[in-house]
Amino acid sequence: MSTDYNAFITEETIDGDADAEGPLAGATVAVKDNISTEGIRTTCGSEMLADYVPPYSATVVDRLTDAGATIVGKANMDEFGMGTTTETSAFGATKNPVDPERVPGGSSGGSAAAVAAGEADVALGSDTGGSVRCPAAFCGVVGIKPTYGLVSRYGLVAYANSLEQIGPIAGTVEEAAAALDVIAGPDPHDGTTRDLAEVDGVDDDQNYAAAADADVDGLTIGVPTELFEGADERVVETVEAAIDDLEAQGAETTEISLPSVEHAVQAYYVIAMAEASSNLARFDGVRYGDRADSDGNWNESFAETREAGFGSEVKRRILLGTYALSAGYHDKYYQKAQDARAWVRQDFEDAFADVDVIASPTMPVLPFALGESLDDPLRMYLADANTTPVNLANLPAISVPAGEADGLPVGLQIVGPKFGEETVIRAASAVE
Amino acid sequence: MSDTSDSTGDAGETGDGRDGDSAAAADSDAAAVDADAVRHVADLARVRLDDDEVDAFTDQFAEILEYFEALDEVPETERNEELVNVMRPDEVRDGLSQEEALSNAAETEDGFFVGPKVS
Repeated sequence: MSTDYNAFITEETIDGDADAEGPLAGATVAVKDNISTEGIRTTCGSEMLADYVPPYSATVVDRLTDAGATIVGKANMDEFGMGTTTETSAFGATKNPVDPERVPGGSSGGSAAAVAAGEADVALGSDTGGSVRCPAAFCGVVGIKPTYGLVSRYGLVAYANSLEQIGPIAGTVEEAAAALDVIAGPDPHDGTTRDLAEVDGVDDDQNYAAAADADVDGLTIGVPTELFEGADERVVETVEAAIDDLEAQGAETTEISLPSVEHAVQAYYVIAMAEASSNLARFDGVRYGDRADSDGNWNESFAETREAGFGSEVKRRILLGTYALSAGYHDKYYQKAQDARAWVRQDFEDAFADVDVIASPTMPVLPFALGESLDDPLRMYLADANTTPVNLANLPAISVPAGEADGLPVGLQIVGPKFGEETVIRAASAVE
Repeated sequence: MSDTSDSTGDAGETGDGRDGDSAAAADSDAAAVDADAVRHVADLARVRLDDDEVDAFTDQFAEILEYFEALDEVPETERNEELVNVMRPDEVRDGLSQEEALSNAAETEDGFFVGPKVS
């Protein structure tokens, strides 16, 4: 089965604790291949790490196996998480199980495809600018991007630290929420994780699976015009029908405006590329990773190693990030992107003074045909218009299937206030 | 290797004739990249490119950077981030063994990483 969709880069098993009890006991989990697994190669979808075998496991992997889940493989992904289609993987594209002529979305495309194809009960992805929600939407499954700091990133190979979170993908909201219950919580190995007992205004007794009770009576849903403008008409109709259905169940909707999100994609890419250019500097072929045969000095050896080990999209982002941080351009690009990020955060904060959640299409488009966007990076970036604002604002969001258009899945994105996972899970469970 | 005059590793310049003057950078003509600028940034980032990649990136960077120009419309925004340092006592903990730390290296000698020659 797995060869059909190329959902996995490596199919090896890590057994879960056989004595564990709970909703994940006996569940099978696909883990995105940028999440470290002790003794099992972790490639990040890159030639650079094709033979890299981590000497330790990520915190989230230990938590899943402690809860009784069995890891069944390492899921295919865009190289280092850089892509919206899973086509930039050095291990070949993953196909969308709903329509094998189309991409599964990205960058966690293998994770979503494994769940959609029934090859795993649950999957882990990582979401830097939409990389859990996009493939969930394209494959017709559920994906959660947690609040920044809810889930440990220890053992996640870094792409853009200030933006990314590991999140679960599953067939239903309740299953995804149950996986979040297991992986969430502070970790001494990741100083950016938060102990909810120390966060003002948040109950530290969260039970995400129990929140999937579909009770939206009295819930207020903000509908931002900016995240519908420019979206494919078929997507808009499907998402509006799902929101109407929530209204019929007792939710109230109100139109809101988030003017800052018009700049989210630009801000996201400048910040993510800048962080990537710094993070990926570590891949020089000395401590780990492939090293090119080179007769040159260390600068030449590093440059040749990185030429051979990185694909085009990774090179593109490293170079643009280096450019955006260089003298004379730092203020123009990087500082303005940080201003935009603060503006986006403020916009959401203001909106959540009046509404409980914010709903929009997850992706403004239907799944691309394989090969359709690969040679047009800007077009691929623009598809992230609705997901990137959430990462810039550090907020929780879920993508839940809203229905189909022309036989292809459409995702509804529900965004909540910081650490408001229970509320977005509750709202999403009413969409199912 | 396509090189430029400066390979000190200091990202102080972004290309010939681009001396980091922010007034020049703000001018959209100056922000457009040419093949030499792509080569220079690639050199700073220690990524060798072949000529085809330089050509493709030159066109793509022009388009992407033009799109990024819209950031000029963003108002200066107060950044009240709730950032605090996370401290812990400086105590010895278990870490990777030397053998584990070296296990993925292309070349090792006497418990050390072996890197490429310096010059």
